[in-house]
Amino acid sequence: MTTLPLKKLALGGVMRAALKREIALALRQKGEVLTPLVFFVVIASLFPLGVGPESALLLRMAPGVLWVSALLAAMLSLQRLFAMDYADGSLEQMALSPTPLGLLVVAKALSHFLLSGLPLVLMAPVLGLQFGMEGRSLGILMLTLLLGTPTLSLIGSIGAALTLGVRGAGVLLSLLILPLYIPVLIFGAGAVEADAAGLGVGGHLSLLTALLVLSVFFAPLATTAALRISLE
Amino acid sequence: MYVVGANGAGKTSLLRMVCGLSPIEAGDILWNGTPIHDQRDAYHQDLCYLGHLNALQESMTVNENLHFCAALGGHALQKQAANEVLVRFGLPGRGPQLVRHLSQGQKRRVALSRLALSPARLWVLDEPFVAMDDTGVRLLADLVAAHLAHGGLAVLTSHQLVDIGAVAPQVLTLRA
Repeated sequence: MTTLPLKKLALGGVMRAALKREIALALRQKGEVLTPLVFFVVIASLFPLGVGPESALLLRMAPGVLWVSALLAAMLSLQRLFAMDYADGSLEQMALSPTPLGLLVVAKALSHFLLSGLPLVLMAPVLGLQFGMEGRSLGILMLTLLLGTPTLSLIGSIGAALTLGVRGAGVLLSLLILPLYIPVLIFGAGAVEADAAGLGVGGHLSLLTALLVLSVFFAPLATTAALRISLE
Repeated sequence: MYVVGANGAGKTSLLRMVCGLSPIEAGDILWNGTPIHDQRDAYHQDLCYLGHLNALQESMTVNENLHFCAALGGHALQKQAANEVLVRFGLPGRGPQLVRHLSQGQKRRVALSRLALSPARLWVLDEPFVAMDDTGVRLLADLVAAHLAHGGLAVLTSHQLVDIGAVAPQVLTLRA
């Protein structure tokens, strides 16, 4: 009586279910998806207002400003990566399920990228135009963001897991995570600058890819360990 | 097995240790003769834990929650099976409703329906009778009885000793 006929689901299917759930949840709170994007636009738009309309200066600053804004915007939504599931007990169920927790962490980071990172990538060229960036630079900016923001989501998941259930988690999260974002920032913004200076960007892009590969491998392990500690 | 004890005696802590959520200071918890921390995935295959929290996402429907639960356990849940379970738990037709719109007792019933969908052999239930009405308590007691009759194990904490039926449960009393 207790067991009804159940169909086995492969790990890929579990991951798809987890991803679908994350995205459905996020889309039901549209404000939370839009906030980072609006934040990105506002922060990046404040700079021209603050430093004046001198176009040479703005163009010089653009990659750095856009990258820092994107980085802060991506961090904004990190806090709720695990918070809701922690509050209602779903996270315990995930930790106790036969599905490897690391896989669910990857699904969460991937959904964070799709809902926070990807909109930033698509919005960046619009903001770049504000700074007077040209087509080629805009393309490289988008490419670096596309390679960089998934890394931000993955590294961020470690911080989000570590600060679960901590009071003032938001500030602590930024203090933990921002230093780890530095390499991504350097190579991301650096690539656009190098291209503007007529140097090759291959090295920068390879390093960004390497950072992505490293975080795909190590971040879920670290996040899983952090989650198990937070759940104790 | 019933775990009973006063508030703060450590019932929940014990159950969380049994699940492997909390670290143990001394001793070992064995499942099939192997410490649970050495065989996490295999152990979790056999385990179904229900804590104080219902583990339901308020902004998802009942069906979505059940489907995800089943997916976590590595199963694809058929629509029909989900409906049957909801009927059995006195929630017919609630599938497409948001969990947020259910009452406390109904949420608990949805959470408990996870047991009926789980093939796990070991059930660890923390205060499963809380917020349930009389029929709900009876329903759950019957469910546990059937589980035991099929050779399953159940560890539950409770303040009232509900008559499970055929099997005489072991009682473990904790004192602070």
